[in-house]
Amino acid sequence: MSTEPEVSFTNKIDQEIKIEPKDWMPEQYRKMLIRQISQHAHSEIVGMLPEGNWITRAPSLKRKATLIAKVQDEAGHGLYLYSAAETLGISRQEMLDQLHSGKAKYSSIFNYPTLTWADIGAIGWLVDGAAIMNQVPLCRSSFGPYARAMVRICKEESFHQRQGFEILLTLSRGSDAQRAMAQDALNRWWWPSVMMFGPKDDESPNTLQSMRWKIKRFSNDELRQKFIDVCAEQVKFLNLELPDEHLKWNEETRHYDFGPINWTEFWQVVNGNGPCNKQRLDARRKAHDDGQWVRDAAAAYADKKRQQQSQAAA
Amino acid sequence: MNQDWPLWEVFIRGRQGLDHKHVGSLHAADAAMAIENARDVYTRRMEGISIWVVESRNIHASNPEEASSLYDPANDKPYRHPTFYDLPEALKHM
Ligand SMILES: [Fe+2]
Ligand SMILES: [Fe+2]
Repeated sequence: MSTEPEVSFTNKIDQEIKIEPKDWMPEQYRKMLIRQISQHAHSEIVGMLPEGNWITRAPSLKRKATLIAKVQDEAGHGLYLYSAAETLGISRQEMLDQLHSGKAKYSSIFNYPTLTWADIGAIGWLVDGAAIMNQVPLCRSSFGPYARAMVRICKEESFHQRQGFEILLTLSRGSDAQRAMAQDALNRWWWPSVMMFGPKDDESPNTLQSMRWKIKRFSNDELRQKFIDVCAEQVKFLNLELPDEHLKWNEETRHYDFGPINWTEFWQVVNGNGPCNKQRLDARRKAHDDGQWVRDAAAAYADKKRQQQSQAAA
Repeated sequence: MNQDWPLWEVFIRGRQGLDHKHVGSLHAADAAMAIENARDVYTRRMEGISIWVVESRNIHASNPEEASSLYDPANDKPYRHPTFYDLPEALKHM
């Protein structure tokens, strides 16, 4: 038996009417959103670390300015998403605690190291590319604040991908050593990017309910296939290769076939044993702890101001 | 000391002549910091020429569950709309 608010909730979902924070919603819907949005926010924030690693070593002033702008955007994305999650009743502090204690997950792609400058190109093209593939349909997500945050984010993402591709394009037209560096970056980033879409549909227990509630619009495998189809075409402009000997256009399915994904590696990284999991979390915690005196000082200053104002008024 | 900064709602005027529009929220210790943070978070690409910030706890909202009774007074007054009136097709500029 469905109660009255449940019926009205389901009707809204069916009619593509957005759910807003004060509307009634099933507890499971709220939980699922908090999990997804906060994980998404953590990914934006932790995602600044591998790229931030190259800001001081970018090869030109133009590249440095671009990279700073991109990393700053990612900080903004994290903030939009934390705010969206907060409308569901979880506090910022709680989310940060979950991230810092290791309880909350973030995208496992950010647990890989950025070894050369070409990695910044590969991240922009592939990692931001995969993120965009995932995020564009989320602009129509059924929860209003999440959908609106995603619209803002998607507007900003497109330069991220283009600057990455431009880095690779420049390297691919450079010396042999530069071409080799670009190829090496693709070799290392391709499969982790393909895994960014998450486990296969039949191993992703939440997908069905999430799609029924129109939080997600496409399954992991659908998005993954789309991404591979697009990249297999784009790589031709680079005269480089994606490291998959099985990658081949299939006239019948009208999609690219691709080779087996190393799911053991995926689960290893998700469960904390990737190349940089510890380093990322340590950096994150240190940044937070080192900022404590700034937060304290700002709060003390605001308190003092308020007291002065109330004294002046008295 | 572990004091959570309050939440602020941010409103931005995109261009001269437009309304301030709600764009999102953020945490800040005081109003001045809220405006600076809003500039950094919501206007990195010249999206605004004026920023308002309001502490979220000062916003009073209508309750969506009472929507039907709240808006009831307007619900049965179609005569407030121009299309309610039947006039000859040939009549211009009215
Ligand atoms: Fe982002
Ligand atoms: Fe990005």
